[in-house]
Amino acid sequence: MTVETATPTAPAPAAPGRRGPTLPSGSVITTFLVLFLVVAAFTVDGFASTRNAGFLLLDVVVIALIALPLTLIVVTGEIDLSVASTVGLSSAVMGRLWLAGLPLETIVPLVLVLGAVLGAVNGFLVTRLGLPSLAVTIGTLALYRGLAFVVLGDQAVADFPRAWTTWAISSIGSTGIPTVVLPLLVLVAVTAVVLHATPVGRALYAMGNSEDAARFSGIDVARTKLWLFVVTGVVSALGGVYWTLRYGSARADNATGLELQVIAAILLGGVSIFGGSGGLLGVIAGALLLGSVRNALQLVNVPSDVLNIVTGVLLIAAVVAPQVAARVRGRRRRPAAT
Amino acid sequence: MSAPTTRTPAPLPEELAAPERTGRRGSALVHRLFVVRELGILAALVLLVVVTVIANPRFLSGQNVRDLLLSAAILTVLAAGQTMVIVTRNVDLSVGSVLGLSAYATGTLLVEAPGTPVVVAVLAGMAVGAVCGLVNGVIVATAGVPSLVVTLGTLYAFRGLVSLWASSADRLQINAADLPAGFKSLGGARLLGVPVLFLVAVAVVLLVGYYLRTFRSGRELYGIGSAPEAARLSGIPVGRRVLTAFVVNGALAGLAGVLYAARFQTLDTTAGTGQELFVVAAAVVGGVAIFGGSGSVYGAALGALLLTTIGTALPQLGLDPFWRDAAVGALILAAIALDRALQLRLAARLRGRNARRDR
Repeated sequence: MTVETATPTAPAPAAPGRRGPTLPSGSVITTFLVLFLVVAAFTVDGFASTRNAGFLLLDVVVIALIALPLTLIVVTGEIDLSVASTVGLSSAVMGRLWLAGLPLETIVPLVLVLGAVLGAVNGFLVTRLGLPSLAVTIGTLALYRGLAFVVLGDQAVADFPRAWTTWAISSIGSTGIPTVVLPLLVLVAVTAVVLHATPVGRALYAMGNSEDAARFSGIDVARTKLWLFVVTGVVSALGGVYWTLRYGSARADNATGLELQVIAAILLGGVSIFGGSGGLLGVIAGALLLGSVRNALQLVNVPSDVLNIVTGVLLIAAVVAPQVAARVRGRRRRPAAT
Repeated sequence: MSAPTTRTPAPLPEELAAPERTGRRGSALVHRLFVVRELGILAALVLLVVVTVIANPRFLSGQNVRDLLLSAAILTVLAAGQTMVIVTRNVDLSVGSVLGLSAYATGTLLVEAPGTPVVVAVLAGMAVGAVCGLVNGVIVATAGVPSLVVTLGTLYAFRGLVSLWASSADRLQINAADLPAGFKSLGGARLLGVPVLFLVAVAVVLLVGYYLRTFRSGRELYGIGSAPEAARLSGIPVGRRVLTAFVVNGALAGLAGVLYAARFQTLDTTAGTGQELFVVAAAVVGGVAIFGGSGSVYGAALGALLLTTIGTALPQLGLDPFWRDAAVGALILAAIALDRALQLRLAARLRGRNARRDR
């Protein structure tokens, strides 16, 4: 939903041309984020400390990580609900292989390959068999989570090497910023460049706006989507590896329900669920806003379950507000036109 | 989402008015296909039961079957409501949270006023659900926002509401001992040996099925799901119908909450968490197209029964219960792949028919 640049002459429907897919589409949510951070820093005790900033970022890392490839998928008009189950299955396999005595240096690449396979299964069912991605990934959400339990049962594997687990929660010098933020920033930059500055990125928006038009203009829609699902699988598996190290525990039920938080961040960031519009800046801001609001409310002792209300209301407000704004604008324009 | 558009006997005036005879014969073909589709799930269910019984004859013992039907009852009621919503090309992900809110509300009512008649408690739970459905429906129908997003939001919000209520009332859990005996007896009550809760579910399925099949407004739900724009142009009050579907679905999720309270009798704020997945799965396995316009509530009910049976049959077959979720996932994938294959074949056959006629 592009909210900005409504010229009074043209009725601007998410223009896929030069204006639509540029970075500023997340400016509204970014403004919200900055405002919230400033207000919270002055009103919430302990919010602005380096220690707290570290905790906040650690909680956002996996959500932001998985949101990167998933944003690309949503932009093309598809969805992948199986990401959190992929995290869980990766974590379970990691634990099982560790029990089998393999070193982590071997396990991690194997788990990433597994992620690619899981993503490829989704992609194959969606692009080759032509099944709706929503239904397919509801199926694999259950399937992958089930396999995670088959692999590891209800046990927890927690004896990973200290060097790895402490690295996962370490921070850069005395700044309080987690070390993992650096590789994450690299991935954010790569994804942003791909989405906003390459023909591939433009092709993704084109697919989301009109698949047929994209196909007629020579884009291999099926292959592109297949690769997006594969990448999402790999990144989710990476998220599973990190999740396991960060909490120092491989469990089949790791990250259950995380898919909803990732999708909430993406939609909050202004990406249309129907595809074709939105930008990466907004998604990162969305993930940070969700994380900050939760963090601030926890600091003022709001019970963690109640935070759900805030998440839900934010999500609905984020999608309803642009619609209402568009309608108001439309009403104002009409008398002038006639 | 790229919707592979499903062709159904949509009761749109222009389609009815167009080529008379092929139209009717075509829709008879479509109808037969859906009967086949439902028989397919039934066959899968029977096969599963037969295999399990061979492995373990006690699977069909009275108590086991009653437990199975009790578990299936709640999912079936949810699936019936969800079918109405999905048929209109919408989805309600908040049903698990609505169930939790309704169960907690009913429990609180019965603890605070133990003399409340069971009927009033049931109606109260349904009313809570209907209000939740109204919230969903109003946002979806008036703001023109995708239901997937709205109900993802209310999934969080309603669950948060239960937690807020429970923590502010300082009653995080409602125990069986606090509930009046009259209500508790509902959970184990039987009529001719069949659990009453299951009969409630059957009644709900028959009512919703009759409504969707017979009433004009019920048929219009299919029209809306098949082609929202065509439905609007042909004068169907799309917003109002969709709103109604959400309210009814909410009320049924509320009823499921009451059934949950009666069955489990120990309630906390997590009741029904994650149910949305199984509900949508039951509908999809039952042949309800995720992008609307086709499927029946009977199929969804059979889907719910099949999913529940898998859960109880696996241990009897000597398989680890951990296989359940994996089996459910595989079943969903098989069901949508089958639907796609049937749809392609149907399209080919209808084309063949028209080609013959044109010659």
